[in-house]
Amino acid sequence: MTSALELRQVSKIYGSGPTEVDALSEVDVSVERGELVAIMGPSGSGKSTLLTIAGSLEEPTSGQVLVDGVDLATVSRSDRARMRRRSIGYVFQDFNLLPGLTALENVTLPLELDGIGAKAARARGLEAMEDLDVAEHADRYPDELSGGERQRVAIARAIVGKRGLLLADEPTGALDSVNGGAVMRLLRAATRRGVAGVVVTHEAQLASWADRVVFLRDGHVVDQTVAPPGPESLLAGDRR
Amino acid sequence: MSVPFALLALLSEGPKYGLRLQNEFESRTGEVWPLNVGQVYTTLQRLERDGLVEADGEGERSQKQKRYRITSAGAQELADWLRTPPELVPPPRDELVIKVLVALQVPAIDIGEILQAHRRHVIEVMQRYTRIKAAAAEDDVPLALVADAELFRLEAIVRWLDAADVRLKQLPSRGSALVEDTPLERTQPMEVSQ
Repeated sequence: MTSALELRQVSKIYGSGPTEVDALSEVDVSVERGELVAIMGPSGSGKSTLLTIAGSLEEPTSGQVLVDGVDLATVSRSDRARMRRRSIGYVFQDFNLLPGLTALENVTLPLELDGIGAKAARARGLEAMEDLDVAEHADRYPDELSGGERQRVAIARAIVGKRGLLLADEPTGALDSVNGGAVMRLLRAATRRGVAGVVVTHEAQLASWADRVVFLRDGHVVDQTVAPPGPESLLAGDRR
Repeated sequence: MSVPFALLALLSEGPKYGLRLQNEFESRTGEVWPLNVGQVYTTLQRLERDGLVEADGEGERSQKQKRYRITSAGAQELADWLRTPPELVPPPRDELVIKVLVALQVPAIDIGEILQAHRRHVIEVMQRYTRIKAAAAEDDVPLALVADAELFRLEAIVRWLDAADVRLKQLPSRGSALVEDTPLERTQPMEVSQ
């Protein structure tokens, strides 16, 4: 089966000579549809570099990046840009909603950039907003929304139009732990609908929402969690 | 032990039978702490002996059919207990801390790898608690509170491991851990509690 995302022996070196920095070294990671993977590591471990390479916002120095089995190095720059718009959704730390656009216009933006007609884009945008329970705020502007609502709109924008890959960099931003957990619950629900999700975080509580946690250290994958047994073994062990 | 106080809290809503107390205890603690009905009856007996609850005259015949209500002494006892801080200052002898301190003394050991093994294990346990939260109804507040308590406790361990990682990076080369045997000077014991 083809993975939604596969990094093969990906390395990224910034600078050259004495100032050379190995941001990533021979990293192998693959993510399946329906799976939420968290990338954890201290600052400077290469987490964000991994995400920008996975999202084709940056190219690796060596190694391969495959999205839905397609090696990004084999497609033209414009095809790569189209892929980015069509297949990959991003959620940023600060939500990055455009202030002059309504919530719905923000959500449909990637579709319109891709040449989809306004009417079709609107229908798909509303569908994504309904999935995230914010359809009633479609015509409001970002500054009229609460932090939690803005975050939901940002996730709706990331999943709109049946994207296969959802990438999130510290997606809970400055939210408190309960609201941060709610965001992770939404990302997890999105992956359950068949999207492959990758979340970069340094917070253990957020990472624990993932099906699998990959640990990065100094640009290397040093470890990952194994699929945990069901929760029943944790609480029900001493039940009558 | 907090079971007597949990029963007092449930009785502060109004008189109840033992079986109902057992059901409510379990549902309100997120069904995390199983409580058998025999334990409920022996606890009620003790509370009755101490004057903290009393049979309210409904039912009677056998203990199983008695209905209990909280006394004013019971209400006061409960109010005092809720405000009494739990023990937070155990002696600093956490097993994980000891393991890391011991690992520091073993020359051939990669401490980063030891820390990571523990980090992974703790996060795997956190994933299980988070699954419990994810599977529960969003309005199941008691269960969320119980899971959160464990998650914050475990997160603190991960943060300690992360801090240990940073501190150990600042350590000079660990080859110098191999020192000549010299007589030890007595060090001051660490004292946290008053």
